[in-house]
Amino acid sequence: MFNFSSKTHRRRLVVPSIAIIALLAFWQLACSAGWVPGFMLPSPIQVVQALIYDAALLASHSITTLIEAALGLAIGVALGFVVAVLMDRFETVALALNPLVTISQTVPTVAIAPLLVLWFGYGLAPKVILIVISTFFPITVSLVAGFRSVDPDLIALMRTMGALRMQVFINAKLPAALESFFSGLRISATYAIVGAVIAEWLGGFAGLGVYMTRVRKSFSYDRMFAVILLISALSLLLMRVVDLMQRLVMPWLKAERNDQ
Amino acid sequence: MSSAAFENAPVFADGVMTVPALEAQHLSLSWDGSHVVVADANITVGTGETVCMVGRSGCGKTTILHALAGLTQPMEGRVLLHGKDVTGTPGHVSYMFQKDLLIPSKRVLDNVCLPLTLKGMSKAVAHKQARPLLGRFGLADTEDKWPSELSGGMRQRAAFLRTYLMGNDVMLLDEPFSALDAITRKDLREWFVSASRELGVASLMITHDVDEAVAVASKVYVLGGNPSAGKPSHIVGEVLVQRETGSSDVDFELTSAFLEAKRAVLALLNR
Repeated sequence: MFNFSSKTHRRRLVVPSIAIIALLAFWQLACSAGWVPGFMLPSPIQVVQALIYDAALLASHSITTLIEAALGLAIGVALGFVVAVLMDRFETVALALNPLVTISQTVPTVAIAPLLVLWFGYGLAPKVILIVISTFFPITVSLVAGFRSVDPDLIALMRTMGALRMQVFINAKLPAALESFFSGLRISATYAIVGAVIAEWLGGFAGLGVYMTRVRKSFSYDRMFAVILLISALSLLLMRVVDLMQRLVMPWLKAERNDQ
Repeated sequence: MSSAAFENAPVFADGVMTVPALEAQHLSLSWDGSHVVVADANITVGTGETVCMVGRSGCGKTTILHALAGLTQPMEGRVLLHGKDVTGTPGHVSYMFQKDLLIPSKRVLDNVCLPLTLKGMSKAVAHKQARPLLGRFGLADTEDKWPSELSGGMRQRAAFLRTYLMGNDVMLLDEPFSALDAITRKDLREWFVSASRELGVASLMITHDVDEAVAVASKVYVLGGNPSAGKPSHIVGEVLVQRETGSSDVDFELTSAFLEAKRAVLALLNR
């Protein structure tokens, strides 16, 4: 049994690694063989060289982007939590806010960003607002679904124990919503980074989006790819942080997964 | 033995007047507030007595338990607990649902202590009160486990301990063993009978299994009707189970008294 699961685990690591290495090798081959002109597509080696060369600059821009993303995500989570609780508690609020929450997700980020810059300038505010708009929806939707996933019989049982509404929320609803909350948070974390970069494209003094605009204007596509790679890495890192948080906050999940 | 009409009258046992632990008088219940699901149900559970209720699926057995637990307001009738009217007010009787309803995010000890902590008792005091009972309920060495780490039978035992810790002397049980395999079910049923006797609680249990009802109860109510077809359910009769004192439960299932009671219940079910 152990051998089987460790084999499966190894396979899960090895197969995607081979796929990624194969893709990079093909990309390098395409560039080295001259199938694609160098000014259009830099090779992976050139991208890594650019990444190393600009490491210090990229690090300082990354900090700006990460601060914006973290701030926007924190506000988005807090706002999403409050709205989800109100939607769960009051049917009328749920009816009223359902379409608005959905609309908030259908508004294209790229379209709304210039307006936010126009309204709030080149500072932190438009970036954070854009991230809040992007991250609020997955959090709200996942929390509302989580709160509603509680077995109604558990609520009835707790009523027979004389539980107050707040006690039902803390003991039953909140823990039941945690798993879907973390799924929403994982999505929101990636939206936060992407949202910050998009907002920075349209104006600002620092951040990976600002760096990206500058290197695009100077036709430094190797640096452009380097920053794309960095943005992906940061998104993956944030997702990993969310995974770790979930493990810490939901220790019973490990036992449940072992049971399955 | 068919049921007689119940009135708000005390029960006489050995010449001493006693008020039933739980009594439902002329209960009429509905799912939607307009269509009657259960009509004029009269149920009496004496102190320390185990009573069962059997009936076909969808006939309103759980609806009755919900009303007795105060979770729903009856259209008519009332629920008395030791003679006191508790109609439509939850928190007076302990209720064990069909599912164990253990909270996955709480360890076993915290799960069983839930009724105590909800009342405002500190965790430490609640743990102190519950810990000695774990062994008695067959849950030794499980206090730090998560519910997902328990077997089906253990989960039901934990749910039963949680029900007991609600601290009421009347328990309602909605098919508590139905989700278990046959062997575990029988073991747990026998354990439940002895534990109930030892704890001295009055129980009203719903079951689909006639054998289980007759084996466990001193009285079996039979519910008949088909509410979804517009025929409200009502109690078609009750069967008193005569048990020789001193006989074990395993022996009892092999006696003619058991068979006779089972036949009577089946006859009422097929009426």
